[in-house]
Amino acid sequence: MRPATMSTSTLVHLSPVDLAIIIFYFALVLAIGFILKKSSGTSEDFFLAGREMTAWVAGLAFLSANLGSLELMGWAGNAYKYGILAAHWYWIGAIPAMLFLALVMMPFYYICKTHSVPGYLKLRFGAGAQTLSSISFAFMTVLMSGVNMYAMAVVMKVVLGWNMHTSIWVSSVTVLAYVALGGLRSAIFNEVLQFFLIWAGALLIPILGLIEAGGWDGMKARILANLTAQGNAQGGSFTHLWSTLGTFEANPMGINWVGIVFGLGAIISMGYWTTDFLVVQRVMTAKDLRSAKLAPIIGANFKMLVPFIVILPGLLGLALLRDGSGNVLKLVSNDLAWNSPQLGLHGYDEVLPLMLARYCGPGLLGLGITALIAGFMSGMAGNVSAFTTVWTYDIYGAMINKNATDEQKVKVGRWCTVWGVIISIVTAYMCKEASSIMDYVQALFSFFIAPLFGTVLLGMLWKRATKAGGFWGLLAGTAASIGMWAWVKLDPGAVRYIAMSTAAQDQAQNMFRALWSCLIGVVVLVVVSFVTEPKSAAELKGLVYGETVIPSEGKFAFYQRPLFWAGVTTLMFVIVNVCFW
Amino acid sequence: MDSKNVLSIWLVVGFSLLVNGVLILGAGLYELIYPPLHKVVLYEYHASIWWGAILAIIGAIYCLRFGPKRRKG
Repeated sequence: MRPATMSTSTLVHLSPVDLAIIIFYFALVLAIGFILKKSSGTSEDFFLAGREMTAWVAGLAFLSANLGSLELMGWAGNAYKYGILAAHWYWIGAIPAMLFLALVMMPFYYICKTHSVPGYLKLRFGAGAQTLSSISFAFMTVLMSGVNMYAMAVVMKVVLGWNMHTSIWVSSVTVLAYVALGGLRSAIFNEVLQFFLIWAGALLIPILGLIEAGGWDGMKARILANLTAQGNAQGGSFTHLWSTLGTFEANPMGINWVGIVFGLGAIISMGYWTTDFLVVQRVMTAKDLRSAKLAPIIGANFKMLVPFIVILPGLLGLALLRDGSGNVLKLVSNDLAWNSPQLGLHGYDEVLPLMLARYCGPGLLGLGITALIAGFMSGMAGNVSAFTTVWTYDIYGAMINKNATDEQKVKVGRWCTVWGVIISIVTAYMCKEASSIMDYVQALFSFFIAPLFGTVLLGMLWKRATKAGGFWGLLAGTAASIGMWAWVKLDPGAVRYIAMSTAAQDQAQNMFRALWSCLIGVVVLVVVSFVTEPKSAAELKGLVYGETVIPSEGKFAFYQRPLFWAGVTTLMFVIVNVCFW
Repeated sequence: MDSKNVLSIWLVVGFSLLVNGVLILGAGLYELIYPPLHKVVLYEYHASIWWGAILAIIGAIYCLRFGPKRRKG
């Protein structure tokens, strides 16, 4: 018996029933767009889905906006490469930040009724900070959409042998149709649908994989044996979450606990989950404050489970995958595998499709591929809808036409969707010509997140933070992040100053760069604030702790309150970390 | 959520799971009757049959629970 993958030029071949499942998905998302067009007539409907979502819908959309296929395949590949350390990005790198958003920051976003994170910056720090944040965000978001589009085209080519032009155009026309028609509501519908498809399509892999490997202990033993046979002395560290983080050299990622706890847990994840408008926008659609606080908590609980369909398949791949001769299949970097197809190698990011093809016959394979396509298209739609909102409110509404009517905003929003998709297509083709652009765009995106978090957090918690402090803090943090990245590019030896070790791999460098850029931004914000004039208490009402009365969540039993569920989530978080210590 | 009473998101999810579940179950039964030449690993567990059935049942429950008649009532 052999996996139905290894002897062919593409990873898998689809049967008619697989194609029927994929075509059904495309038909369904287009139908959703057409049906929802009726309910997206006002700007509130188009850009914030009418602010009528329940906590469950907002929570699942909040999580799904981050659960794209780049994420799924990339982190499964990272689990193969770095072991269970990759699960940190789902646990300490997400759960505390999601709970912090729910309990501390969400009330402010909700009370001030802003349409976007740059919108909050305008209210708190003025037009300068808003302009800096909105232009960088809009620019990067639409480029990220193109990166998603390109990644999907590459994956479809590698996995299915599909033509890249067809993938790019079919996906972009579909995304354009359903976002332009139904706005954010349509994007959210598809994100929730994608959430279910991903679980339905991917959950079988760890179940069957653990059966084949002989359970968790059997998998660990096989990983150790495989890596030892390949001359890797760190085989034992691939299945431990914390115990190998004492030094940079003791684990395959080249990182220590300081980078994980402070760089990832305290800065990068806090920045991403609390200020990246792509995900925060989903929570802003909640129907009331209690739902807005519950939504990230619901998302956090499901986020905690995602490693079972992403990280575990990566580890199982390390334990089980064999080539046509029965030898351990060794995956290599994506660049090497995908740029030299004649070598017949597989990239790290192919581990999830490889595992899918290993266990899934006709029908199941179609569902798994549909889940990947849904994840890619959802990633594009999420970026395009966030771009549309920020462009319409924070650039067009704030700088170009300050007196725009509601009707004009919806019209601009629909045209922005068209332009967003066109720019995405151009970006996808630029990536096709030079795939390194993809890495640059992803690096660029990370430049703005960590400094933004420091600025928004101090804006919410510190009354003394001034307009000038907010602007210069954000600018200094961003400039510092870009500067450190450029420094390491020009002089790789500089990594010993930025990441405190020459053993630090890319992920470790990102952690430390985020940590320093956030700290620099915060220091500049504080220093400038002390030498400039603060806003009056009246101006800060609804924007800062101490000057804002947080409205009641209503009369609910203790088990219906966000604080109770945040406590339960924290307990679960501690348990999973101890279990995989 | 009812999107201004236009469409329930849970009905969409249920419909999708039901259709996919039925297609996967059908493909699994076909493979049981006509076993393929190249089998996937752990073929003997017939995952398509029980996984397809689970998806179809969950989808059917969602459709019944969130279908138009139920929502009006």
